[in-house]
Amino acid sequence: MKRVIFGSSWLPYAFLAPQILIVIIFFYLPAAEAVRASFYLENPFGGGSTFVGIDNYKDVLTDDNYVRVAKFTFWFSLLVTFFSLAIALLLAVKADTVLRGAKSYRILLMWVYAIAPPVAGLIGVLMFDQHVGPITDVAALFGYKMQIGVNYNDTAAAMIIISIWKQVPVNFIFFLSGLQSIPKAVREAAQIDCRSSWRRFWTVTFPMLAPTGFFLLIINITYALFDTFAVIDVVMKNEPGSNPMTLVYKVYLDGFRGSDLGGSSAQSVILMALVLLLTIFQFRMIERRVHYT
Amino acid sequence: MIKHLIAAGVLLASAATAAAQTKIELWHAMGGRLGEVVNEIATNFNKSQKEVELVPVYKGTYEETLTAVIAAFRAGEQPNIVQVFDAGAATIISAKGAVVPVEDLLKKAGVSFDIKDYISGVRYFYADTTGKMIGMPFNSSTPIMYFNVEALKKAGVTPPKTWEEFEKVTAPALKKAGFVPLAQSHLPWIFTENFMSRHNLPFASNDNGYSGVKGTKILVNNDAIKAHFTKLKEWKEKGFFGWYGAGWSDNQAPFEKQEVAMWIGSSGSFGGLTKSAKFEFSATYLPYWEAVTAKPTQTFIGGAALFALSGKSDAENTAVAKFFAYLTSPEVQYLWHRETGYVPITKAAYELATKDGHYKRLPAAEIGIKQLNLPAGEHTKGYRMGFYVQIRDVMNREYGRILTGETTVDAAFKAIEAEANKLLARFEKTVK
Repeated sequence: MKRVIFGSSWLPYAFLAPQILIVIIFFYLPAAEAVRASFYLENPFGGGSTFVGIDNYKDVLTDDNYVRVAKFTFWFSLLVTFFSLAIALLLAVKADTVLRGAKSYRILLMWVYAIAPPVAGLIGVLMFDQHVGPITDVAALFGYKMQIGVNYNDTAAAMIIISIWKQVPVNFIFFLSGLQSIPKAVREAAQIDCRSSWRRFWTVTFPMLAPTGFFLLIINITYALFDTFAVIDVVMKNEPGSNPMTLVYKVYLDGFRGSDLGGSSAQSVILMALVLLLTIFQFRMIERRVHYT
Repeated sequence: MIKHLIAAGVLLASAATAAAQTKIELWHAMGGRLGEVVNEIATNFNKSQKEVELVPVYKGTYEETLTAVIAAFRAGEQPNIVQVFDAGAATIISAKGAVVPVEDLLKKAGVSFDIKDYISGVRYFYADTTGKMIGMPFNSSTPIMYFNVEALKKAGVTPPKTWEEFEKVTAPALKKAGFVPLAQSHLPWIFTENFMSRHNLPFASNDNGYSGVKGTKILVNNDAIKAHFTKLKEWKEKGFFGWYGAGWSDNQAPFEKQEVAMWIGSSGSFGGLTKSAKFEFSATYLPYWEAVTAKPTQTFIGGAALFALSGKSDAENTAVAKFFAYLTSPEVQYLWHRETGYVPITKAAYELATKDGHYKRLPAAEIGIKQLNLPAGEHTKGYRMGFYVQIRDVMNREYGRILTGETTVDAAFKAIEAEANKLLARFEKTVK
């Protein structure tokens, strides 16, 4: 990187100021407020509040349901991340080798990206609806009675499938551009050395894609943890009931629907810590194995 | 010149009336047909007088409306009136200084008020410890059992009065006739809160929570209700009972599609059903267990009340009182009742509806109010519990798990009791 020397000492700070200000206003202040609120039990209308120490944390961590939600969040994130990446990679590799009508193929594979998450959720809910959903009808053909909102596993499956469907195009775009940035010379050399395209993929293409893959992995985990909120909310149809949900959704439910600001804040602080740990882990452990060109 | 003067005069005059008119805002959660009727009432009210202009604003579901008003109140931008549902009542009533009690508001504005004018099931639900009315009951409903007339005829049965009759006679016959005998739309409201009321069982300590938040404990873990849910699970397996999740309309839809023969919903569902159900239907009381009580009592009201929020000028509060007086007039109540199916909240309105022959034409429309006027008991005036929205969600979660076989009835009720009591203890700390 090029070193830039500034003439005056305050100029770099002036350039940084807007960004720092935004981060402080929209991240540090709310985060600090969440930490403060997590030690209080507060009247929703702002009438009174009691300092309760770490009671909110104790209540959250000893709650069986919280543990259940955490477990679901783990499996949900794992499955959504894995399948969105795997399917997108497969599609990208296949689309990369298409010679005729390549553009049309690519556009067809990408356009789901343009759908807003709540709309994607709605389309998904209609597809899976227990009374009129076509996917439910297909399942019925195989003798399986699929009931979203009733059966825990069916609902979980619907949430996962809709979330993956929504995320595949993003990954596809990145993988495709990643593939196209692999130098032709390397590919041709590999083609001469090895005839098996399967082996070529794993020994040459895949490692060359690693930087893109690593970037996407982080993006996808974040997506599965946080951005799937809209999908889950739409599938839930305003009645959490015994449906599966992610930790972020529970923060929202307890804080907004249940007006329990203290408990909800404690949960979001826990989540903040988890994300922090995850980020450190990702960069420390995984980045070592990724080779940037 | 004269023309200009006249024009200026007209302008001044219109400006004066505009200034004299007090604008008040009402946030509500009435969607669809119900929302149309709310708008109709607002338009009629605005036409009926010149001093007040009421602006109704739809804020989404009950939960969303409560969340919206909490956020607005904290920012000092609250509306004059907000509609808060039964489960959120404790949250808003226990918040010190959030609302102006409707009784004080009316008396201060010189509107006559007598709590005895209200029908008995409605009277004290939104009242405080001393019996003072805090929120104005608005859309009041109660769970009743709708049935498909043809389906019951085909099966050769009459609507069951007791659950024993349902189990032995009604359900097997309906199943044989090719129907799912029963569905319902809200397990916590219908089979918990109103289960307690119908059998006159205590629902919470401290007089169902009315005599203060301190040390209130839920009494949901009892044998009667556990037996009921054990039966529900059994009925579901036998095909006597259909459960389509926690969503209201997911359970109503199969009744409308004539797959389910009997559906327990809200008396306020009546208006919508007359449009959506393409078959003859009627309604009857919520059944009870003879094994639990020989003398079944009335049910609670559900639905919501209108609360006047504090921090508004006297002029605006007087305007709110004027609207409340208009809203509770027999004619307006009758319109609301007739169009939506929600019960009329005053005796005068009920009499007007009777005199007009409304119940001769539609006997089913009277079931809700008759059920609310059944003999009262010690534990039938309602309940008051904080964080109750969450407690309901806990119930819904555990009931769902019972019905899908993820947990047992005993474990579920133990979990509900423990979690609800924890929430109640937490709520106690938010009220100081």
